Amino acid sequence: MNAREIHDQIKEKFPEAILEFNDTVQQPYLKIAPQPFYNVCQFLRDDADLDFDYLMCLSGVDYGDLLGTVYHFYSMKHTHKIILKVEVPRENPAIPSICDLWRTADWHEREVYDLFGIVFLNHPDLRRLLLPEDWEGYPLRKDYVTPEFFKGIPVLHSEMKSETNEQK
Amino acid sequence: MAWFDIKGEGNIFFAKLNELFNWSRGSSPWTLGFGIACCAIEMMATGASHYDLDRFGMFFRPSPRQSDVMIVAGTVTIKIAPMLRRLYEQMPEPKYVISMGSCSNCGGPYWQYGYHVLKGVDLIVPVDVYVPGCPPRPEALIYGILQLKEKIKNQSKVKNEK
Repeated sequence: MNAREIHDQIKEKFPEAILEFNDTVQQPYLKIAPQPFYNVCQFLRDDADLDFDYLMCLSGVDYGDLLGTVYHFYSMKHTHKIILKVEVPRENPAIPSICDLWRTADWHEREVYDLFGIVFLNHPDLRRLLLPEDWEGYPLRKDYVTPEFFKGIPVLHSEMKSETNEQK
Repeated sequence: MAWFDIKGEGNIFFAKLNELFNWSRGSSPWTLGFGIACCAIEMMATGASHYDLDRFGMFFRPSPRQSDVMIVAGTVTIKIAPMLRRLYEQMPEPKYVISMGSCSNCGGPYWQYGYHVLKGVDLIVPVDVYVPGCPPRPEALIYGILQLKEKIKNQSKVKNEK
């Protein structure tokens, strides 16, 4: 099944969900609204013709004015793949968690929460994954300013202190 | 000239206590088995049979309380830094630190924009010997260890040069 056919299947089931579709690029993608996103994913996984049983990758993106996540799905049975994108505003970014559909998403969502601050609704254990638990801020956001100290430990190199923060 | 003199026919020799201690400490500096990144692979290779750290009386101890030397082998992230400091505090005196590789020397490739990496382990523990490299080959680490032994040999009880 190619991307156009996958798009048609979703369009038929969820007419309102798809915000954008692009299959002129090498990896065709669908942009999905945050609210119906969970149901779309459940449909992708459970429908016999789609049968996306493998979440290959889950990424976080900072678009500048928006934050977002990108999901790469693959079907072992049908050997087709599709990419879903979800975009949310910078203030109170929240996306439904899909970690009860694909267990892979558990730590991936924690990592995105850790570095981008996107909250995954209904995630069973949404804590920071890599950084210390009491770290402040989300380092992979474009407007992140590196602190000079963390609990008294110098973070920036002495030569870089002024230069790094002046660029922001 | 040796640092001790053998007198008479019995098993008696004379030496300065300071030099005797230094000889003893320098001959068996046990290291803490503590690797935090890819440099630890080279450290393990140095300890394994081909390069054989046992030749220098060194071998890895699982507890900081039995260790004399801490080889900081790898990238010190800010998350591990308090634990590293705690391990250092748990080691009995006299204790020595070898900073192995660019990351623990100065932050390595993360020195400029790494928000998560300590820019040199010498910011949290005093370092005796720096071994450059990314990662240093076992020969380089052995050279660093020999430099440390030289340092131990020349230290003084009265005047602490550490």
